[in-house]
Amino acid sequence: MGRLPRAAVAELAPRRTLAPIPVTDVEDPSYFHKVVDCQWACPAHTDVPQYIRLIGQGRYGDAYLLNRKSNVFPGILGRTCDRPCEPACRRGRVDGDAVAICRLKRVASDLREDVGWGLPRAAEARNGRRVACVGAGPASLTVANDLMPLGYEVTIFERQQLPGGLMRTNIPAFRLPAQVLDEEIAVILDMGVDIRYGTEIGSMRELLQMGYDAVFVGSGAPRGKELELPGRHDEVGETHIHIGIDWLESIAFGHVNKVGRRVLIIGVGNTAMDCCRSSRRLGGEDIRVMARRPRQYFKASPWELEDAEEEGVQIVVNHAPRRFIIEDGRLVGMEFDQVRWDEGAVHSTTLGTVRIDCDDVILAIGQENAFPWIERDLPLEFTSPQLAAVDEVTMQSTVPGVFFGGDSAFGAKNIIWAVEHGHQAAISIHNHCQGVPVAERPAQVMKLSSRKMGITQWSYHNDYNPHGRQEMARVDLKRRFERLNLEVELGFGPEETAREVERCLNCDIQTAFQAPLCIECDACIDVCPVRCLTIVRPDWADEAELRTRLNAPAENRSQAIFVSEALPQTGRVMVKDENLCVHCGLCAERCPTAAWDMARFELGIPYAGRPAEVP
Amino acid sequence: MTSIAKPQIPLLPLERNQLGLTIRDYSGSMSTLCAGCGHDSVTAAIQEALWGLSIPPYQVAKLSGIGCSSKTPQYFDAAAVGFNSVHGRMAAVASGAAAANRGLVVVGVSGDGDSLSIGLGNLAHAIRRNVRMLYVIANNGVYGLTKGQFSASADIGSRSRKGEPNLLPPVDPMLLGLSLGATFLARGFSGDKAQLVPILKAGLSHGGFALVDVISPCVQFNDHEGSTKSFRYVREHELQDIEADIIPVRGQIHSEQTPGAVTEVELHDGSRVLFRAVPEGYDPRDRVRVGSYLVESARRGEIATGLLYLDEETPDMHQLSETPEERLWDLPFERLCPGSAELARFQARLR
Repeated sequence: MGRLPRAAVAELAPRRTLAPIPVTDVEDPSYFHKVVDCQWACPAHTDVPQYIRLIGQGRYGDAYLLNRKSNVFPGILGRTCDRPCEPACRRGRVDGDAVAICRLKRVASDLREDVGWGLPRAAEARNGRRVACVGAGPASLTVANDLMPLGYEVTIFERQQLPGGLMRTNIPAFRLPAQVLDEEIAVILDMGVDIRYGTEIGSMRELLQMGYDAVFVGSGAPRGKELELPGRHDEVGETHIHIGIDWLESIAFGHVNKVGRRVLIIGVGNTAMDCCRSSRRLGGEDIRVMARRPRQYFKASPWELEDAEEEGVQIVVNHAPRRFIIEDGRLVGMEFDQVRWDEGAVHSTTLGTVRIDCDDVILAIGQENAFPWIERDLPLEFTSPQLAAVDEVTMQSTVPGVFFGGDSAFGAKNIIWAVEHGHQAAISIHNHCQGVPVAERPAQVMKLSSRKMGITQWSYHNDYNPHGRQEMARVDLKRRFERLNLEVELGFGPEETAREVERCLNCDIQTAFQAPLCIECDACIDVCPVRCLTIVRPDWADEAELRTRLNAPAENRSQAIFVSEALPQTGRVMVKDENLCVHCGLCAERCPTAAWDMARFELGIPYAGRPAEVP
Repeated sequence: MTSIAKPQIPLLPLERNQLGLTIRDYSGSMSTLCAGCGHDSVTAAIQEALWGLSIPPYQVAKLSGIGCSSKTPQYFDAAAVGFNSVHGRMAAVASGAAAANRGLVVVGVSGDGDSLSIGLGNLAHAIRRNVRMLYVIANNGVYGLTKGQFSASADIGSRSRKGEPNLLPPVDPMLLGLSLGATFLARGFSGDKAQLVPILKAGLSHGGFALVDVISPCVQFNDHEGSTKSFRYVREHELQDIEADIIPVRGQIHSEQTPGAVTEVELHDGSRVLFRAVPEGYDPRDRVRVGSYLVESARRGEIATGLLYLDEETPDMHQLSETPEERLWDLPFERLCPGSAELARFQARLR
């Protein structure tokens, strides 16, 4: 056969003129970061897939230190984290059950060898800068963790006699043993933090006059919400109506050691779960958690609800509290409206009234910020009576050098957010003390490195493990209530751990594409088990249309669509629906030109005085 | 070769065909061919065609000879029956299967070596008999399994990976088929499933021998500069002006809305093939015109693809042989083999 000049061919098959292709910028660290759903969802951006891999290799200490770098308290969080990573987990979209990320974190903590070599150390010389932190909770401790190695003198004022803040006072010991708490906090305090126990700061004005270079407020959201109903303030002898977080604190410090037989908990957040389970351990037998709305609207994490129900707590829905019933100067019960909700649970109809007898009521309907010690005539502005004006990026208030973090900043969140606030505040404090504008944030960096070891060999396990999520072993119900501080969850054993680590889909091992190498042989498209790849002509009107034109329609709009540059032979483009990709690497295995590669994405996160780096 | 099996992830609500099956129900084991092999795309296209026509997976007989292409039946429709037969003899074995059980959907996959060199005689006679089957030639112009010597379909002047030119003229299966009285001739390209899948569906619906020549580049030995069967060469020289759609029997029929430029041919089973965008005066049933069109386009260095020729008049093997309507293996033994007395009577007639 003769050859036709290319020009003649072009004449035979004229091509439409196309709009510029919206090529995906994979050099932007946020693109691949977003594909790692767990890491993206984590406020502190913990490198989850990598630590799971390290656990799989038995490198528990390394896994612990990798965790600690971003979340500071792996042992504590491995038991108590709110786990924003798990609802985000890709595995949840595949078989309905997320990888037990939090539990694996605890494995790293439980089984770690001595990791002293990898823990932060105070700088040998102080830099002469002094930072005051209010409250010794996770936010302040993180600030100290980040600043002590830089030579700062950090002073923490704590009104209690022990450090930890909410982690100690509000999380019962049967969920978080004091020893775990003490150990991880000691790492920070032992760097030489000047901690002043039993010291309550009474005035911001006075604190500001004490000559610190920066002030960090990490005092939490310490006021439990009141339930103003008839009977609440009636004259009674001994009160049997308690504010949840105060009551938990009293238990933590040994001031409360019993409760009545019949206990009502008002509210269904995680604090309510801790209250009902604590009641069970203090002598409560008939314990009911009273909810106004149906179950799907509960604020408590599903696993905490399950734990409570397993311990015999009743969850009662559609009951709105009406009044406390006080008879003869004593609380005898509560009256509730039984309600029915419309769709979406916006409006309710009252069906009737019911009286439930009880000995104690615990109010766990949320908590508020309270800053009675911050004078309102300072230049420190408030956005509401409870909340100071705090910048979401820098954590700085309207007074330069005064920063907020944790629950004090934007209201009650959780430990992992407090840690992230602490990291960001530490960066700001460091900038502030060095005369750099606090808004000047150090950049994140990224690295992609191939995991290819041979023709079909990768330095990660790419096969799909069909195991279901592993169950956590718990102390037998008969023994569980023997001691108030008996930890319920036993942690994963070697078998559960081995199975659970293999459930991880390795989202950090990215399917990385190089368009110039592609010969459009279709091998990747044919082999992809989830049909997430498509080669299309780039003539779609918008992304919405593109999403309908793929081999499998891309219906999850929260997940990105990758669009390559034009392919050399036909000018079409490779499109990947990140939602479906399970990172099995088959596309790269079947690619004859290595246009597809499996490459590990590493995110470099900057911390105070330590620019982002990837090894 | 891949290191892991395709994960069976229950991720998608996969589309189901009329039998309630998903495309996964038509898959076979993982390919052991070279990464990027055109044959894998042919496999995927066959799988999609079988699924799209709702052919029961167990009703398929998949047969092949020897060669890279002949490995492919392993990679689709695990529920089907079939085997690798002798080199170049797939057509004979398939004819036997089709003769014994006319209810089978016979799919033969062969290569340019298996069909156009060693097996040319077998192919020729299966075409003449008009055996009802889909016969796919995964055509890459080289003997890949023996490291890339030119095959009988290599074009004159096409260069090997080391740069040597081929001096012998190619066997063009389309012209070969036309000269032997083939009733369904089509050419596709493994890199273009949008065209290949409808062609395969039409071939599966055809009432006789459907010969589909698929240019299927060998990424290892014939995808370089100088090759006329590389991905790039085919993309630059492919002529797709014989565009065909198949409308299965069950498909909606809007015959009154058929535009004038479209030529329509009804297949044996009632489904229809629509030819659109054909060159002026092209009639897919005119053997002489199709022949000259193929010779002319080849002379211009173009690779004509699409459903090139179709003849629904010629009787197939069963009609020619006046076999009973039932499948032979359903016949009672006494009817299938009437005994030596009957044989003697038959022989007496011929004396």
